Amino acid sequence: MFDSIMKIFGKKEKSGKIAGDRLRVLLVHDRANMSPEIMEKLRDDIIQVISKYMDINKKDMELSFENEDNAVALVANIPVRRMRHS
Amino acid sequence: MSKVIVVTSGKGGVGKTTTSANIGMGLAMRGNSVVLIDTDTGLRNLDLLLGLENRILYDLVDVTEGRVPYRKALVAHKKYEKLLLLPTSQIRDKSAINPAQLMVLCDELRKNYDYVIIDCPAGIEQGFKTAIAAADMAIVVTMPEIAAVRDADKIIGELLRSEKNDIRLIVNRIRPSMVDQGEMMNMEEIQKHLELKCIGQIPDEQSVITAANIGEPVILNQDSYAGKAYANIVGRICGEEIPFLVVPKDGLLKRLKKAFGF
Repeated sequence: MFDSIMKIFGKKEKSGKIAGDRLRVLLVHDRANMSPEIMEKLRDDIIQVISKYMDINKKDMELSFENEDNAVALVANIPVRRMRHS
Repeated sequence: MSKVIVVTSGKGGVGKTTTSANIGMGLAMRGNSVVLIDTDTGLRNLDLLLGLENRILYDLVDVTEGRVPYRKALVAHKKYEKLLLLPTSQIRDKSAINPAQLMVLCDELRKNYDYVIIDCPAGIEQGFKTAIAAADMAIVVTMPEIAAVRDADKIIGELLRSEKNDIRLIVNRIRPSMVDQGEMMNMEEIQKHLELKCIGQIPDEQSVITAANIGEPVILNQDSYAGKAYANIVGRICGEEIPFLVVPKDGLLKRLKKAFGF
C-alpha cells in the first residue's frame, strides 16, 4: 500500500531495498527446490492433519510456492471427498 | 586442539582466496602454526597473494598421489615462518584430488599444526566436496550483491546437509557510502537472509588490491580498515568478543572530488 502510494508520487525505491525484497522471494524458492525431501515431508504432515477432519484425495493434492507481490505464499490445493462426522 | 577451517562461497570472485590468505596470516601473526591449503587445482592463486609463487617445488597433487611427503611441498612464508602454504597443481584439475585423500592429509596435519585453512574453489561440484570434507568450521564469504548472497545460501544448505554445522559468515566488499544511500544491502540485512551471524565485514578498499599487487595480505597493513577488519575477524575466530569497526564514509570533500572527477 505504502509502496504503491510512493510510486504514484514518483518516489524511486532504493536499489538496496529492491535487492533485499528480491532475495527474500528468491531464497524461499531456492530452498524449497533444493530439498524435495522436505517438501515431501511437509506434504505428508499436511495430509495427516487434514485427514483428521476430512477425507481428501491425496493423489490430486498440489503443494507449491507462489509469488504474491513481494511475498511468498504456500498454496495447497487439496480436493476434499467428504467431511468426517465430528 | 588443532582446527581445520574451510573458506568457501559458491560464487567466484567474492574474495575466498583473499580471505584465506588474511585469516591464515592473522592466525600466524598471533603465534599459531598454520598450513594454508589451496584446493583450487588448475586455477591456483593463493601463492600469489602471499608472494610465494617463486618458491613452489611440489604441490598438493604430488602429496596426495604419494610422490613426496607433505613436508617437502610446504612453502614457508618469508616473514612469518609459522605460516606454511601447500600450493596446488596448476596443470591438473579438480578431479585429481578426492575427499578421502584430503581427509587423510588433514588428519596428518592436525598432529603438527594449530590450524589448517583450506581455500575452496568456486562451485558446488567435486572441488567443493573435497575441500569441505575434513573441515571442523566453515567460513562462508559473500558480498552485498544479490547473486553472491543467493549462492552463499545455497552453499550454507550444502554445508548443513554435509553436517558441517559450525558456519561463520563474512561480508566482503562493503561500500559504506552506498549502504548509507540505501543503494547497497547492509550486513544486518544479509545476516537476516542467510540466518547466520556475521563475524565481520570488509570494506571495498584500494588497500586490498594494492596488497595483492605486492603479495602481502592486507592484514599486514594495520593502517587500513580492511586490515583492521581482518584482524578483528581472526580474533573472533579465536573466540574473542570484539566490537565491530565503524568504517567512515567518504567525507563531503572526497564526494565532491569524485563528482568532479578529481
